[in-house]
Amino acid sequence: MNEPATPDAASPEEGDPEGRTDDERERSEPTDGTDTAEEEAAAREEAATREPGSGAAAVVAALEAAGVETAFGVQGGAIMPVYDALSASTVDHVTMAHEQGAVHAADAYGIVRGDPGVCMATSGPGATNLVTGIADASMDSDAMLALTGQVPSDMVGSDAFQETDTVGVTAPITKHNYFANDSDEVGRTVGEAFALANTGRPGPTLVDLPKDVTFGETDRPVGEPTAPDRAVPDLEADEEQVEAAARAIQTAERPLCLFGGGVIKGDATEQARAFAREFEIPVVTTMPGIGSFPEDDDLCLSWAGMHGTGYANMAITHTDCLIAVGTRFDDRLTGGVDTFAPEAEVVHVDIDPAEISKNVHADYPVVGDAATVIDQLDAAIGYGDAPDTESWRAQCDEWRERYPMDYAIDPDEPVKPQFVVEAFDAAMDDDAYVTTGVGQHQMWAAQYWTFTTPRTFVSSHGLGTMGYGLPGAIGARVAADDDREVISFEGDGSFLMTIQELSVAVREHLDITVVVLNNEYIGMVRQWQDAFFEGNHMASQYDWMPEFDTLAEAFGAKGFRIDEYDDVEEVVEAALAYDGPSVVDAHIDPEENVYPMVASGAANGQFALAEDQL
Amino acid sequence: MAGPTPEERPHPTGRRDEHGVRKEPDHGPEPTRRATVSALVEDEPGVLARAAGLFRRRQFNIESLTVGPTTVEGHSRITLVVEETEAGIEQAKKQLAKLTPVIAVGELSGDAVAAELVLLKVRGEEPDKVHAITSMYDGQTLDAGPRTITVQITGDETTIDDAIDAFDQFGIIEIARTGQTALERGDSPTTPGEEPGHSAGSTDDDEFTNYDD
Ligand SMILES: Cc1ncc(C[n+]2csc(CCOP(=O)(O)OP(=O)(O)O)c2C)c(N)n1
Repeated sequence: MNEPATPDAASPEEGDPEGRTDDERERSEPTDGTDTAEEEAAAREEAATREPGSGAAAVVAALEAAGVETAFGVQGGAIMPVYDALSASTVDHVTMAHEQGAVHAADAYGIVRGDPGVCMATSGPGATNLVTGIADASMDSDAMLALTGQVPSDMVGSDAFQETDTVGVTAPITKHNYFANDSDEVGRTVGEAFALANTGRPGPTLVDLPKDVTFGETDRPVGEPTAPDRAVPDLEADEEQVEAAARAIQTAERPLCLFGGGVIKGDATEQARAFAREFEIPVVTTMPGIGSFPEDDDLCLSWAGMHGTGYANMAITHTDCLIAVGTRFDDRLTGGVDTFAPEAEVVHVDIDPAEISKNVHADYPVVGDAATVIDQLDAAIGYGDAPDTESWRAQCDEWRERYPMDYAIDPDEPVKPQFVVEAFDAAMDDDAYVTTGVGQHQMWAAQYWTFTTPRTFVSSHGLGTMGYGLPGAIGARVAADDDREVISFEGDGSFLMTIQELSVAVREHLDITVVVLNNEYIGMVRQWQDAFFEGNHMASQYDWMPEFDTLAEAFGAKGFRIDEYDDVEEVVEAALAYDGPSVVDAHIDPEENVYPMVASGAANGQFALAEDQL
Repeated sequence: MAGPTPEERPHPTGRRDEHGVRKEPDHGPEPTRRATVSALVEDEPGVLARAAGLFRRRQFNIESLTVGPTTVEGHSRITLVVEETEAGIEQAKKQLAKLTPVIAVGELSGDAVAAELVLLKVRGEEPDKVHAITSMYDGQTLDAGPRTITVQITGDETTIDDAIDAFDQFGIIEIARTGQTALERGDSPTTPGEEPGHSAGSTDDDEFTNYDD
């Protein structure tokens, strides 16, 4: 079935692609920041109460009523009515080169802003191209709203042109999804989906929009975006739970805080930091929790897990009371559960009751909002009754010295990736945003960048999606204040997966720096092949990579290249000075591996520092 | 990098079981049990698929699943029988409760009323004997011909299993079982906080009034 079945379903392949580029560039210029909070509130109220006219206009009104400033997407037949309505909206639209770019950009935008990012796609292939990014957001509990076009309702189920059962496909990877079936209701549904994404434990939601519903007439105002009552959890935890947890913490000899992504999502970093400092409890974070506690603080042991620091993994192995906040105990963190924190009583604070005792049994479950609960715990412990952590802290410091994070430099050898990461870290502000692809480069960025600010490490954790870095950087750049820097660390393999989004960065004139840690391998696979498959490099050698610096120039971006240590300083300076997207093709030691490493399913304390320890 | 090798580092001796519970090192496998879970849900398209999909995705061991309307318009009840470890049952309930259209989830107590319906088609050669067994189980004959007899039996799971065994002697041709459905006994609500609506003609009420296990 190749013909569009109705004129409505006309796809852009047959029409003129709209030459909207200039227009869009204009509209996506950052706002001048003069809007006062009152003006914003008034604009939202106006959007919530106006008579939209059509289903599509109601969709857009719902976005405006929710205070959405930017959406990322790609046009197409079934979503055209919504785009048409969007042209008259205060919502900026960033046209991406691929829907996967749109969904990752929206995801990163949401992480940086702390409000759901919005992405849009047409039916069928547009919607399926969103799937990876929605699954990614779901695993990382990122608030996001996806809007997808759908074939007209009466054609649903007929295998019509560009039809996919989007609700069915995305049900397991969304917090909830909706099939809009009424022009009068569609605006409310979009508002509800937006609010739900951001309620309690955040997550992605989706609204599938059949073309007849968006084309249909309606004068029903969309109202304020509201999540269903049932989805709104209590912020405060049960007092008895808090008391019990507080007693456990007070009597602990080796207490350890484990801060997960939930601390950042729950805007609880301030409380978390104050708590650990008040009671002088050492802190490890999970990878998504990076930035919740400053890594240059004496109490901070950095992040634990497969490629976490040796000292964090030692501390987790030997703690007798693990105060875990906003973490889902992913296996990349725990290694084998049988050996995870085997002597610890576990205090688990989470807004989602289903996370309690899912992977690791909680001796002290505390269900509630991270910030609220930490305050409750703080009050319940009270000053003076704090556990005495002096010798435990000394022990942690000793581990820090025994298992330092370091690497060897030989000026005549290829450049070490860790050195490149450190060079950029030294040259950039503390509040710069770092996005990454997935692989060794992601781990080096996480290990050798010193993170001190929440929401600055923007990465794909739970799903581990290669190709996240560049579109993530675009989303972060659009979301961030102008004076904050954005850098993306990429692997050659990861970069190639979504490199087309460089065209968007150029079109939008986004000041981002992409650093490709180029080892001509999909290095993390090569590392595992060396460790577990007798060095059989099946399909992992990528010595057919383009010249990324030259390719960047072809896109209209600025290209740089690092071949040896002597290049580093100069390139770092030039790349950061360049106003616009730049790509640094850093040719690194292709044999370099990521250590420490806990083999999958092994005990955290058994981290290997070199291949022969695996 | 320096530092003691993995073997040289101090190791705690404690261990956890597969559910992350701290245990003696020589603990055995966790026992499983059967639980009947009732979920009150918004009656919207796809809700059954969501529940079933959840159970498949998370690999919960589900034995039966029934669904039907309640006395409250717009609400349905899903009854699930799962065979899981204690921790697995808790997870299953929490995950189910997380679904947006799910209003409340309860696990039924041991003395809840539960019933299942089975249709049995057996060979018709000995109609009298078939009839005798049907009456013994308070069943009904729905269709009787020279070659086949189809009967209906309702009852709790053991009754149904026993009935099937009893009919086996005639040669069972086909079977259709509904899976268990259940309600809490007396005044206790089947899912927490549930406020049942009253509808005079509700089959919901009648069907089980005289049921006794
Ligand atoms: C979309 C996707 N496909 C495959 C993988 C499996 N994978 C994990 S890491 C990795 C290698 C990444 O290579 P590269 O981006 O070059 O980074 P490096 O490890 O070399 O730093 C691969 C293929 C993945 N994570 N994501």
